[in-house]
This record gives sequence, structure tokens and C-alpha cells, in this order.
Amino acid sequence: MKRYLYYPGCSLRGTGKAYEESLLMVFKALNIELEELEDWNCCGATAYMAIDEVSSFALAGRNLAIAEKKNLDLLAPCSACFLVLNKTQRYIKEYPKVAETLAHGFKAAGLEYHGTAKVRHPLDVLINDIGMDQIKACIKTPLTGLKVAPYYGCQIVRPYATFDLMYYPVTMDKLLRAVGAEVVDYPLKTRCCGGSQKGTLPEVGLSLIHILLKEARRREAHIVSTICPLCQFNLDAFQDEASKKYGEISMPVVYFTQLLGLAFGFSAKELGLERNIVAAKQTLAKYAPAAA
Amino acid sequence: MEAGNGHLRIGVYVCHCGTNIAATVDVKAVAEYAAGLPGVAVAREYKYMCSDPGQELIKQDIEELKLNRVVVASCSPLLHEETFRGAVAKGGLNPFCFQMVNIREHDSWVHLDHQKATEKAKALLRAAIRRVALHKPLVKKRVPIDPNVLIVGGGIAGIHAALTLANAGKHVYLVEREPTIGGNMAKFDKTFPTLDCAACILTPKMTAVKKHPNITLWTLSEVTQMQGYVGNFEVAVTRHPRYINEELCVGCLECIEGCVYKQAKVSDEFNLGLGKRKPIYISFPQAVPQIPVIDPETCIDFKSGRCKKTCIEACGDRHAVDLKQQPKLETIKVGAIILATGYQPFDARKVPDYGYGVYPNVYTAPEVERLINASGPTGGEVIMRDGRKPQAIGIIHCVGSRDENTNKWCSRVCCMYSLKLAHLLKERTGAEVYQFYIDMRAPGKAYEEFYHQLLAEGVHMIRGRVAEVTDWAMTKEEEGKLVMRAEDTLISFVRRVPVDMVVLSVGLVPQEDAKDVRRLFNISCSTEGWFLERHPKLAPVNTFTDGIFIAGACQAPKDIPDSVGQAGSAAAEAMVLIDTGYVEMEPNTAYIVEEECSGCKTCVPLCPYSAISFLADKKVAQINEVVCKGCGTCVAACPSGTIKQNLFEDEEIFEEIQGVLV
Amino acid sequence: MAVKSLIKYEIERDPAFAKWVTGVMGGERIRNCIQCGLCSASCPLSPYMDFTPRRLIHMAREGFKRDVLESFTIWLCTSCYSCTVECPRRIRVTDVMYALKRRAIEDGVFPRRFPIPVLASEFGNMIRRNGRVTESWLVVRVFLKTAIMRLLGMSKLGTKLFLTGRMEIVPATIKGRKQLQNMLDAVEAHKKEVAA
Repeated sequence: MKRYLYYPGCSLRGTGKAYEESLLMVFKALNIELEELEDWNCCGATAYMAIDEVSSFALAGRNLAIAEKKNLDLLAPCSACFLVLNKTQRYIKEYPKVAETLAHGFKAAGLEYHGTAKVRHPLDVLINDIGMDQIKACIKTPLTGLKVAPYYGCQIVRPYATFDLMYYPVTMDKLLRAVGAEVVDYPLKTRCCGGSQKGTLPEVGLSLIHILLKEARRREAHIVSTICPLCQFNLDAFQDEASKKYGEISMPVVYFTQLLGLAFGFSAKELGLERNIVAAKQTLAKYAPAAA
Repeated sequence: MEAGNGHLRIGVYVCHCGTNIAATVDVKAVAEYAAGLPGVAVAREYKYMCSDPGQELIKQDIEELKLNRVVVASCSPLLHEETFRGAVAKGGLNPFCFQMVNIREHDSWVHLDHQKATEKAKALLRAAIRRVALHKPLVKKRVPIDPNVLIVGGGIAGIHAALTLANAGKHVYLVEREPTIGGNMAKFDKTFPTLDCAACILTPKMTAVKKHPNITLWTLSEVTQMQGYVGNFEVAVTRHPRYINEELCVGCLECIEGCVYKQAKVSDEFNLGLGKRKPIYISFPQAVPQIPVIDPETCIDFKSGRCKKTCIEACGDRHAVDLKQQPKLETIKVGAIILATGYQPFDARKVPDYGYGVYPNVYTAPEVERLINASGPTGGEVIMRDGRKPQAIGIIHCVGSRDENTNKWCSRVCCMYSLKLAHLLKERTGAEVYQFYIDMRAPGKAYEEFYHQLLAEGVHMIRGRVAEVTDWAMTKEEEGKLVMRAEDTLISFVRRVPVDMVVLSVGLVPQEDAKDVRRLFNISCSTEGWFLERHPKLAPVNTFTDGIFIAGACQAPKDIPDSVGQAGSAAAEAMVLIDTGYVEMEPNTAYIVEEECSGCKTCVPLCPYSAISFLADKKVAQINEVVCKGCGTCVAACPSGTIKQNLFEDEEIFEEIQGVLV
Repeated sequence: MAVKSLIKYEIERDPAFAKWVTGVMGGERIRNCIQCGLCSASCPLSPYMDFTPRRLIHMAREGFKRDVLESFTIWLCTSCYSCTVECPRRIRVTDVMYALKRRAIEDGVFPRRFPIPVLASEFGNMIRRNGRVTESWLVVRVFLKTAIMRLLGMSKLGTKLFLTGRMEIVPATIKGRKQLQNMLDAVEAHKKEVAA
């Protein structure tokens, strides 16, 4: 039985709820125990860095220090959290002045920081710790015939590509193929979705979102598979607007864990597939009866 | 005049060096101080010791005052040690009974406090006086030079060096590992800025090499071992079999015609994988030697033993095909070696953004050279891998250069060859050509004018480095095209340029096996892997290993005129050695007192110049005086202190230390 | 057509600002920028920026503080890090953009109702108060302050999110709020001490 500390991040309790639901189902099936990080706080994502740099390291640092207390790897499914935790560890190591200022912070919080926590991504854990054999053993309904466009987004491969290739990552492709899906060639797999710009600068955000959906369709994908809650939200929630401006587009966007879960035989409800804005159930039901 | 009569008579000379020393150090006081030290017969100070009257002073004093040791306190020995040793020798005293003290770079030029600087000069002088008392007379050894020269690498640099030396009457071995000489230049179509056809200017030189009585040309050959030292190198060369007897072949190429493969099926290395050849082939029509090669990896007879061998039939009564040919091992003796092993193009797969190897119509510049070459795989027509002709072409500069992520250096020739390709491609296809550059580097003769010619031709010059080459479209015009995204920094707008063909101007990197080659020949390389020159400005073709010279792109990226220039220079350096006939060795070499050596072999692997060998019969180590450079590593390492060094004996060094500390 | 003189005089340069930019973490090599434009070329937002990233870097290192801090560019950056991984001189352009954002907020140089810096500061306030961010309330607060009408326009999306259970209503908090606040206060205090 493998155990990991689990850092959901703020989004997985809100718009990214389906990510958490499907992740927990898949990991349970694979006999992995997830222990939620005790009293974790927000990592600051990209926003806090615009206010204060060292303080944003402090936010992530508190989580890392708490994680260190247990001798377990820390699983961070959200891309922004994953990046911030990694960046914090590196900057504390690389810049003595950061380490010095944070030392005061840790002291005030009554925490100790040694930089020993290992931050992991679910893709990394599935491919490297669990392994294909065990994953394949859990398959009940392979997703044969389902064409998926794998969308990784920015922050899990840039600027630190720790478990996958920076320019053309393949870990999600491998997992999806392992469960029987066909993965289309998708060169925009790491192109930015615009992050929070859709909210603040709607026209800009929309153009970035549209090109991703359009290309997925052009390459004959049935569905786009994501790993980041903000990417999923961006690609899922604005297809009406995109259709009005650029022409009809309707492409279901799901989390890779939802696809894995379907292959493992879990139902659409269990995997949060009823939470999609652009309905995914009908498309998926053709390839996985459990989705119906 | 030998020393050893026990009675020291030291002459001390303190130089003013104009105001360089005298402005900070009180030279008069220093000279007076020296005069009072034991063993000093005379102490003088003079304005410019290195001048003729200065040197004359030393000579006269030796003769008249019967001096048996001399100390000069002036500038760095790097500048004038030889000068003063010469003056001492002219006076009739052994030049190694001399010690030089640096009171300029080590004293007057680096200190501000006059009093302290003067005291320091006195201390240094005291040290030198005590040391020189122990100096022994030494003799420079002379070593004869073998008159043959080995040139490794048959590209334009190797060819030019070979012809220069051969024309001067020297015998040259030219060793090349490909089946033909010509190197990278033989693969080009035209050369900048004249747009001369590369083969047209190269092949006459190649034929001259073949015909020259003073050049022994060995192709398909590699150096496997090198031993020895300047003037006396012993080199082992393996001549790989081409399975055709060179003596009998007349170059009719009927065997290629007659091969059982009616169609060429094997990937052609000379055409960089763009074309096909048969298992029996010749690299290109003007190859030298004009003799085919059989590739044992793809020849049916080699792989299965069952072939009709129609090649032998086609050869007829010349009987030149010899499928049983064996590698030949040659050992040669040469006096000088010139390495002209060239470069390889940067592997464009290391920049995944540009889609090389992913999109079929992304080419590297060397591949384009083959496409536009009349003897290339498409007969000179610009036809892309998917069979179409391009209507828009993008050329990206600096691929693999000027980049901390790949190579830091500028590869020097890419701007020029990119302009050349732009011209040739536009001429052949009439396509729109877009040139994406960062800086336009056109430093050579007539290069700037060539750039202006290109500007006038209407090539789109976009100053901006391309971030990515992609196959997805944002507008209708981009559909079905490769899109290049860059910022046109001159107008500060981001541009998306749809093209059919992308040309990557790849940089120059050291050969794949450059590290093995340099270890074979015992020379150093720089941090980037290029062979290291002795001095980047003043000795670009010499290495730190005497007798071994480098020329051409193996030293650093450069164009053809510079490669030829360096080749001539290296040939001249080799000629200096050969024509002088001997080489004089500095006597500051290490030596082993044989009776005291315990045979522990600690010193043997430490020598950076491989000068120490172990005599198995006597069970002692032995230092080759001629190869030893006097670095002192073995002297310091020897556990029993058996290894000593001329001019750096322990007693001499201790006296010097004592002199400073007193 | 309003005719303006766009010439830049030396007196406009702020050497202290230029020096500050070369001192930010990630901006140490800004002086080595060869202006190749790879950052702009790889940035998905660059077509919308008033100054492309490359141009901004040069203006920053020359000390044209006003142009840089008042630019649209710094707010458009989504920190996708494409520029950082591409830069041949290994300048961490994303980090420089963050530093410029912070400086612009500090110097108060941005339109009051510009949503992006308002989002950043509301985000920060929510963390300092509760320890976690509740997306729904964050969005409400930001749009109330910057563009009330747009908030109403988003009601359709809001309803969909509510119905699919993707909207957190109860503000998320942590138990260790005081601990976190102490930590942030100590960090702030030490920073001030070092800067003094």
C-alpha cells in the first residue's frame, strides 16, 4: 500500500472539484492512500507573487515545512501549486537571502524547514511509482476508439521539467494509451490557456482558449484531457462565447483522472463527469458504458 | 667559464626600467644593499638592462671581474630571461649560472608604498643571490627532426597544408577517414561571397594532392596510436579495406553499374540521408581517389555470403574488386603533425521547437546544400521531402549558437552561408525568402557587399529569433503551411510567417570524436571542445605540445579563407622545424637518480606529457628528457624525493625561501 | 491628428531603477540580453502587449521607469514561463515581469479599476485573512471593485457553476490563521530590516 501526503489546493475544492473526485477514485483503485496535508494553506499561485516575492515563498514554505514532518512524498495535482512548491524549494536553496528571511518566518510560525519534502505530480506518481502493469490490471472497460487531445498546459513542464520532456511531454499520452484510448498528435499541448486573463481581459483570454479547442477538433479528437483545474475551467466554460465570436465549437474537456476512472469502471457521477459545462457524458458513453 | 672553484663571484644588476621600477623602488639603495651581501663581487644599477649597453655591462663584467654567477633584477623572465642568458653566454659564462628577479610585475607595478616596495626588492634580491650560488652549469640538448610530416584530415585545410609542404619538397602523409578527401567543403554547392562552385575550386586541389609525388594519400584510414615527441613521432595508422584494389582500379565505375542492386537503396551519408546509394559506391563524382568503396554493412555478399558478385564480372580483366581485402596497419615516423580534422554541423534535433525530424520540410543548411547541388539527390532541383516545390522559405539563423541552452559561441560562418542560401534558393525557386537573424555578421572581405546584394534582391530581413515552427493555423493563409513565429524587433511587432520550407542555419560544433583525437595526440582543448591553440592572438596554429599543429575549423569555427590561411601557417611552422633540422630543449627537466628509485611507479601516471616510462627490466622509472616540460609534478610526488629537477633543486628552492625570510 | 515628440532625453533615464532591475532575482543577467526577441516570439500574449517583452527588457535596463511601469505588458503576463525557458542568455523574464508588477503596485502606478492588480491584491488579502482562497468570493470582490456590470454579465456562468456543484459558497479557512499571519509578519519585518 503506497501512501502520499495530499495537497489539493484551493481550486480542487471549487471549480476543480471533479479533479479531486476522480483523482481520489483512481488512487483508491490503485491501492494508494492519500493523507490530506494537515491544515494546508493556499500556495499563492501566480497572484501572490505579484504582491510580494518572499512572502509568497513563505506561503508555500509553510506547507512544505508541515509536509516534512511526515516521511511521505507530497502529491500536488494542481499545476500552479506544483510549480510554486517546486520553485520555493529551489529559490530557498539558490538564494541565501531568501533562506535567511524565511528562517525568521519559520521561527515565528514555530516550524522547521529542511528542504526535504518531495513534491510529486500525479502523472509522475502513476508512471514511475505505480507503473503500467498495475494500472493495466485495473482496467475494466478500455476506452477503445476514444480519440483524446492531451493538454498539459504550462506550469508542470515550465520552467522545471522534472518528470517529463519540456517541449513535448508524453506522460499523460502514455497513461491514456495504456487505458486503450487513441492519443492524437497535439503540438499545442503546452501552449498557455491564458490563465486568469479570461476573467480580467476577456477578449485576450478567449483567443488563447479558442485556438486550443479548434486545433483539437481539427486533429479529430473527441475530447480534450487536462491536468490543471484552471485550464479545464478555461477550456470548458467559455465555448458559447467562442462559438459566437469564432464559429461553432463544442468540445468536451475532462481531467485525465476522469478518463482513467472510466477505464477502471467507475460511473460518471463518481468521477464528477456531471460537473462539466460542456457535456462530456454523451461523448464518453460511446466508448465507456459506465459514463452513461 | 665554469663555476666550481668554490669562490663565489656574483654580479648583481638592478634595472631602473626607466621609471617603471625606479619610480617606486629605490634602485640605488637596492644595489648598494646587494653590494654588501656575501658572494657579491659587483652590484650595479642601470636605466635599461635589456638594452645593448646594458647587456654589454654584463658581458664586460664577466670578462674583467671574472664573475661566475649573475643576477639581474628587472622585469618578468617571460620577457627577457633569454636576453640576459644570451648576454651571460656572450661573456663566456654558462647561461644557466644566471637568475632573474622580477621587481617590476611582482613589485614596482603592484605596490604603492615606496618604502615597502624597496624592502621587498631587497628581499627578492637576497633570495636570488643565495639561490644562484647553487646553480650548476647546464646544456641545452639538441634533438634531430624527422623530415616527414603527418597531416590528419583531408578537408580544405589539410589539403592546402599538404600541397604547401609537398611543393616545398617535404614528404607528407595525408590521412583521411572518409573514402574521399574534400571534407565538408566538398558537400557545398557554392561558396560565399563570390558564389564560386565549391567543387570547381576544390577539385583541382584534390587532384593535385593525388598526383603529387611528395604526398602519400591514405583515405579510409585512421590514426590509432601516437608515441614520441617533437621531431620523432611514431604513428600507427589503420587503413581500412575498401574491398577494391587501389593499384588495379582505373576509376571506370562499371562495378557500381553492375551491382545486383539495380536501384540504389541504402541511405547516402554524403547526401546526408536525402538520397540513396548502392552498397558499392563512390561518394561523389569527383571523389579523390576515384575508387569505389564497398560497404560491408549493406553488401549482400558480406551479409549472407551469397551474391552473384556481378561487380567482379563488370570489372572484367582488371580484377580490381577484392572482397577478401584486410585492414592494413602502417607505422610511420614523422617529425611534425598537423591536425586538420574540421567540424561537424550542430544536431538540429537538440532544438525541438523548430520541428526538425518532426516536420518533413524542415531542413538543415548542409542538407539544403545537397538539395541545390547539381550532383545531389534531386539533381539540383529544390524539391522537398513531400515532393512539392516551395513557394515560401524561411531561414533561421543561430540554430545551436549564441545560446546558453545549446552552445554559447557564435559559429561565425552561418550569417554568410544563410545569405548565400537565400540567394541560391530565391534564384532556383523564385520563392519568397524570409531571413530570421539576430545580428548580421559579415566581417570578411567583400562580405558586407554580399549582404547588400542580398538586400537588393528583396529577401525579407526579419531581425528576430524564431520561437517555434508549427503546423497549426490562426488564419486561412496559414493552413497547410509551416508557421514561423518571431518578433520583428526592428518594427517591434510579433509576426507569424507561413512558409513551405524551413532552413535551419545550424552552427559548427567540434567533431564527435574530438576528445578522443586530442587525447591520442596529447593536446588540450578549450571548454567548448575546440582544440586549444598556444595563444589565441599570436600562436593560433601551435599547440602546447611541441611539434603538433592545428589548422582550420578544428581550432574554432571559421570560413574557408581563414582555414586556408591557417593551413599555410601550420605548414610554415612544420617547415621551420624540418628545415632547422633540430630542436633545442630547455634544460629545466626533471631527472631520476636511478640508484635511489624504488620502482614504486607513483610518478608514471602523473606526467601530463607522458614523459615517464617504467623500465621493467631495471624496475626503475625513466624520464624522457626531450618530452619533459619541467612542470615539477613528478618531483613533488616522488615519495622518496628521488626525482629532482634541473634549475629547481630542493636546495636551490630552500635557499631562495631562506633569503626572503631572513 | 495630434502630433507629439517621442524623443527620449537622457534626463528621463532613472539609473536607480535600471540598477534595481539588474538586482531582482532572475534579472541578474539582464545586461547580457542580445535583444534577439525570442521572449516576445514565444509569448502567447505578446501580440496584445503595448511593448513586447524584449522591448520592455531593454527599456527597463536603460532606466525608462515610467514607460515600463505604466505599460500594459507587465499585466498581460500569465507566467507561462515560455520566455524563461527559451532565453538564450538565461534571463528569467517571468521573474522580471513579476518584479515589475510588484514595483508598479508599490508605486501605485496603474489605473484604479484595472482588474489584474486588483485581483492580485484581493487574492493576497483573502489569504492573509483566511489562509485559503474561495474562488467565488474572490471573483465577486474583484468585479465589485472594478467592473460591476461585467459581474452581472457573468451570472449565467455563475449559475452553471453553482448547479454543477463547482462553486464553493462557504469561505474556506484554515485553523492556523494566526500562525500564518505571524509568519507573514515576521517575513515582512525582516525584509524591512534588510532594506534599511
